[in-house]
Amino acid sequence: MQRHLISAADLTRDDAVLILDTAEEMARVADRPIKKLPTLRGRTVVNLFFEDSTRTRISFEAAEKRLSADVINFTAKGSSVSKGESLKDTAQTLEAMGVDAVVIRHGASGAPYRLANSGWIDSAVINAGDGTHQHPTQALLDAFTLRRRLLGREAALGRDLAGRRVTVVGDILHSRVARSNVDLLHTLGAEVVLVAPPTLVPVGVESWPCEVSYDLDSTLAKSDAVMMLRVQRERMNAAFFPTEREYSRRYGLDGERMARMPEHAVVMHPGPMVRGMEITAEVADSPRCTAIEQVTAGVSVRMAVLYLLLGGNEPALSRQPSAERTASTAHAAEEK
Amino acid sequence: MSKTLIRGAKVLGGDPRDVLVEDGVIAAVGTALDADGAEIVEAAGKVLLPGLVDLHTHLREPGREDSETVLTGTRAAASGGYTAVFAMANTFPVADTAGVVEQVWRLGREHGYCDVRPIGAVTVGLEGKKLAELGAMHESAAGVTVFSDDGKCVDDAVIMRRALEYVKAFGGVVAQHAQEPRLTEGAQMNEGVVSAELGLGGWPAVAEESIVARDVLLAEHVGSRVHICHLSTAGSVEIVRWAKSRGIDVTAEVTPHHLLLTDELVRSYDPVYKVNPPLRTERDVRALREALADGTIDIVATDHAPHPHEDKDCEWPAAAMGMVGLETALSVVQATMIDTGLLDWAGVADRMSVAPARIGAATGHGRPVSVGEPANLTLVDTAYRGQVDPAGFASRSRNTPYAGRELPGRVTHTWLRGKATLVDGKLT
Repeated sequence: MQRHLISAADLTRDDAVLILDTAEEMARVADRPIKKLPTLRGRTVVNLFFEDSTRTRISFEAAEKRLSADVINFTAKGSSVSKGESLKDTAQTLEAMGVDAVVIRHGASGAPYRLANSGWIDSAVINAGDGTHQHPTQALLDAFTLRRRLLGREAALGRDLAGRRVTVVGDILHSRVARSNVDLLHTLGAEVVLVAPPTLVPVGVESWPCEVSYDLDSTLAKSDAVMMLRVQRERMNAAFFPTEREYSRRYGLDGERMARMPEHAVVMHPGPMVRGMEITAEVADSPRCTAIEQVTAGVSVRMAVLYLLLGGNEPALSRQPSAERTASTAHAAEEK
Repeated sequence: MSKTLIRGAKVLGGDPRDVLVEDGVIAAVGTALDADGAEIVEAAGKVLLPGLVDLHTHLREPGREDSETVLTGTRAAASGGYTAVFAMANTFPVADTAGVVEQVWRLGREHGYCDVRPIGAVTVGLEGKKLAELGAMHESAAGVTVFSDDGKCVDDAVIMRRALEYVKAFGGVVAQHAQEPRLTEGAQMNEGVVSAELGLGGWPAVAEESIVARDVLLAEHVGSRVHICHLSTAGSVEIVRWAKSRGIDVTAEVTPHHLLLTDELVRSYDPVYKVNPPLRTERDVRALREALADGTIDIVATDHAPHPHEDKDCEWPAAAMGMVGLETALSVVQATMIDTGLLDWAGVADRMSVAPARIGAATGHGRPVSVGEPANLTLVDTAYRGQVDPAGFASRSRNTPYAGRELPGRVTHTWLRGKATLVDGKLT
């Protein structure tokens, strides 16, 4: 593992599987009456959020607190950033207060990379979403959720997603979730198909390790998972598509389309969902939709990342007694 | 009465010659010339060129003296072997009146490091709406002949047409910054494989090419000449080649950085590589070099664009566009054109001195190295190899993409009308 987590593309297959396996261990903590580990006691993590994102911030905060880290939340609004302070000065100021890791969300693509590589600060940097570039922990939690659903909680340990087919639908052009998922799913051996109107596919996509289709219907029957991305309504004002209704008709997932997916296939959504736009309520609320599980997985995966980047070499948890292992395997089988 | 004997220099890369400079003029060219009390510059093995002329420099004064001034910019120019620079109009206030261009011209004269020829804005405030007083700027002491809204495109086809027509009255030329504004909203880098991965807004080649195509057709229609700034794509090269074959009066420039660097460098997210037009692909670089060699592209122009450190020491989208270039231009051209065999030194003299002086009507510059000509000269140690060290720049800014990179060649002497502005690599 590297010292920072900037891009899903930086992870090897073994790194990724290690994070997912560690996240499974972390998930067990959530099943305990006291959901807390002492691993990061005395370490300070700052959540440096230049963009509003309550969901991601809270998820990181929960992960940090469950690992007993001291947490500082920083939001750009109302801070000196709105008075013209640079990213460099903000980061250096926070580091001077004794921060061990910076979790950064920034509207500028590459801001976390700059923070990690410009010699401005020494802390570990974790990318919590930068512009239209990357959101690696989102891809990890998606992979975690998918692996569990497709392989089973215990059976999944140590395994990747070889041979699985994931269809990602929506605003690929502006999506850091899509970029991160293409990288990570490819690393994990899955095949990825991107589906979008041509206006929402970036020029240069031909170098990505995935297929591109403009036709959702033709991809459904072959998919092990269909991941719906949020589409902002305002995109239609920039002529990316004519109307919300036309978008929904051509690229939205409704019950009828979901029925054409294989029985085992799941529907994923990183949230927040725009019901009635890219996904109907019927699909969003169906048991095949993993949106809520993804949120839960987010905390486990972020715990795993923080632990692996900051926690040193000791095992995250003492090994589970074999009886408990067997029990949770049975539970996972039930889940399937 | 100053006298200098430049001894044994390879004039335009040819056989060694002695060049005697007397009172600002080349008094003799030959072999074994008598020194006769002249100051002697031993130039054996070095190449003597006519003083370089840059048709595209941002001197930043007035308005952004924190990044460059006429003094520091012309010192940088002399350091790089330039004897004349054309100062772009995007200052604060904009150089759109006779008053501003005369101020810049006068400062250049006072400092004396190289001739400063101000470029006038095409439109008031570079806003693309209303023609600036082009005639008044031409008639001013600054004698403006080149007009450009550089930094912004004259995108309104009617305004562009009128400007092309209007400057014919006094032999002016419009230098277009070709960038279709709607296609480049939010643009951060070349649109292609790398931008798709990095998630940075794309600046598509077609945004340049569509304007180049439109403007050569406009120039043809109204019988004017047009100059295209910083050509950066293979497609633009094809259009200019076609236009020239059709007899359209178009000239074009390429920057050193577009001859050497590609958008792969943006993967570092280091804004030192952020520039407008953006760094393109390997294919574009190859096409630009070939076009400069075959004359489709007429000149090398630096687009020297100084910025203070804080405007580059930040996240990519927040950073300013542009890179300094005056002090590294000749080395980059040697690396990309001489060392590759695409041009000889006579060719470099044409592309970096003779042709830019002709396009901008810079009297006394870009002249042959022969008796009776003004002694605007540059002496180059072409055997030199060294790493670029921005700390040694004369420019007030350090935003070079070449820091630490090994480049060939070094200007050791520059003479402006016989007066040395650079001696043994040191400014006078």
